[in-house]
Amino acid sequence: MVAAIQFTPALGMFLAFVAVTLVITWLSARKATGSAAYFAAGRSIKGWQNGLAVAGDYMSAASFLGISGMICFKGYDGFMYSVGFLVAYLTVLLLVAEPLRNAGKYTMADLLAYRLSPRPVRAMASLSTVMVAIIYMIAQMVGAGGIIKELIHVEFAPAVIGVGVLMLVYVVFGGMLATTWVQIIKAILLMGGAIALSWMVLGQHDFSLTKFFTAVSQADYAGTAPPKNLLEPGMHFGTAVNPWGPLDFISLALGLVLGTAGLPHILVRFYTVPDARTARTSVIWAIAIIGVFYILTTFFGFGAATLLEKNQILTAGGKENTNMVAPILAQQLGGEFFFAFISAVAFATILAVVAGLTMSASTSFAHDFYTNVIHHGTVKSEDEEVRVARIMAFVVGAVSIGIAIYLGPGVNAAFLVGLAFAVAASANLPVILFSVFWKRFNTAGAVAGLATGLGSSIILILLSPNGIFGKAGAIFPLQNPGILSIPLGFLGAYLGTVLTARDLEAEAKFAELSVRSQTGLGAEKAGSGH
Amino acid sequence: MAAPTNPPDWASIEQSADFKALLAAKRRFIIPATLFFLVYYMALPVMVGYFPALMKKPVWGAVNAAYVFALSQFLMTFVMAAMYVRRSRQWDRMESELLASLGFTSAH
Repeated sequence: MVAAIQFTPALGMFLAFVAVTLVITWLSARKATGSAAYFAAGRSIKGWQNGLAVAGDYMSAASFLGISGMICFKGYDGFMYSVGFLVAYLTVLLLVAEPLRNAGKYTMADLLAYRLSPRPVRAMASLSTVMVAIIYMIAQMVGAGGIIKELIHVEFAPAVIGVGVLMLVYVVFGGMLATTWVQIIKAILLMGGAIALSWMVLGQHDFSLTKFFTAVSQADYAGTAPPKNLLEPGMHFGTAVNPWGPLDFISLALGLVLGTAGLPHILVRFYTVPDARTARTSVIWAIAIIGVFYILTTFFGFGAATLLEKNQILTAGGKENTNMVAPILAQQLGGEFFFAFISAVAFATILAVVAGLTMSASTSFAHDFYTNVIHHGTVKSEDEEVRVARIMAFVVGAVSIGIAIYLGPGVNAAFLVGLAFAVAASANLPVILFSVFWKRFNTAGAVAGLATGLGSSIILILLSPNGIFGKAGAIFPLQNPGILSIPLGFLGAYLGTVLTARDLEAEAKFAELSVRSQTGLGAEKAGSGH
Repeated sequence: MAAPTNPPDWASIEQSADFKALLAAKRRFIIPATLFFLVYYMALPVMVGYFPALMKKPVWGAVNAAYVFALSQFLMTFVMAAMYVRRSRQWDRMESELLASLGFTSAH
């Protein structure tokens, strides 16, 4: 595996990004003392900063490279991912962000543990959090390996290890503050790249929306394919492609709109701001940034199908090379320098997302499992919790790198991302909502809901066309389990509660949780060491 | 003005008229708003999946109903977020008054 690394402009720009973020990490490491500083950046992040960081945490390589490629090949149906990824933030804004910030400390489990029996609830919630984070991260790592290989010609395994090691430097030394700044810088770069790319595409159509959409409605890949109307739905989810297509699309849509509010790396971001009102402001900023970005996928996604030739965006074997559509479009319209910039943005994107995921997984393990499950809520010092989190970051990083290399570049990354969203929607969201809004909810219900949601989504994915029996032998016909696993998660939490005895202590504490989550009375303050 | 008790008397705050009014005000907006955006969003895959002929009808030049419906989801999200922010100012006032009446200075 002697990788010949060519020094390209893309590599140069990527190294510049790494250098800047490492300086920030070094500065953060000097500032960060105590667990609130390490896990929650001292709760001192401003609203607009956190909004950018949420956007940077969320817009993965899958959404930049994957969606633009998918729109280029499948047209309208690819654009559906753009829509779902944004609308999901209404669930975050209306139902989750403020109560979570008001009543929690570092993790989603804090909210659940308030009035339920802490140890079983935290153990299950931590398992679900770490599962979602690792599944999502493997998807990112596998994607990263493939992309880096094509962009700067580094082999798959060294590329994955390189991304993993860099991410660990941010997380282990810089904690949440460094992770936040990596995400902010990445979000700015990504928006800059997306705006520039869209502008250039529109320029090719004389800056006329009429001309642009007319071209998209007869997209012919620069004359290399018969024209087709990419604005028409059905090229991916249509019944002509797959009889289960429309139902699969509904299932995916449910997973997206309800899963985002259960993604641990998004939820932990709301602990980094001083109070619930700032958490609200940060969701608004995130909605603005993410919304503009996904509207722009119209231009560089559909636009690519009007400007690039088919042979530019197919692999040597004639397969659709979805991940390379945006970089190749950048190369054609803006030359080598712009190609280098977009490639560097893609790296930055991957790094920011995996850092956020590692941060949330290690925080949950240290805070939920180590401190509260093993040590019953008391550790010798808060430095110990931070030390455990740092060790856990290494473990999570090593496990993800190992699995990503073992699975290799051939694994279906979309399958892993779909699974992460489905687990988040089916396991995490029902218990978060019931805990805040349903007085009767008890420990058995929480454990049952988490277990049913986690178990059903994993089992259904394994039985799906992406699963262990392949397309032909699939027992469950849909690729996305959400339509079944999300109701099962809610049902599990409901039945677990009503079929077991009322927990009067938990119901008595509902008053406290309700007042805390709705008013912020007694919420964790900014800048406190605890 | 009652002096703040430490820890606060959660049960009596929860039973207070001011807190109930705050909760009711939030529910009046959040429950219908959530139902609306979920139904509006889920209508997109349903319409596109089961009524493709209707959704392929052109609306403006080459742009068809499907794309306009998709784009309207962005607009719906922005409008809903703006409405939430507008309403939340009223909740913030109610919250500050409630905390002040209990003798707590608002956390904000």
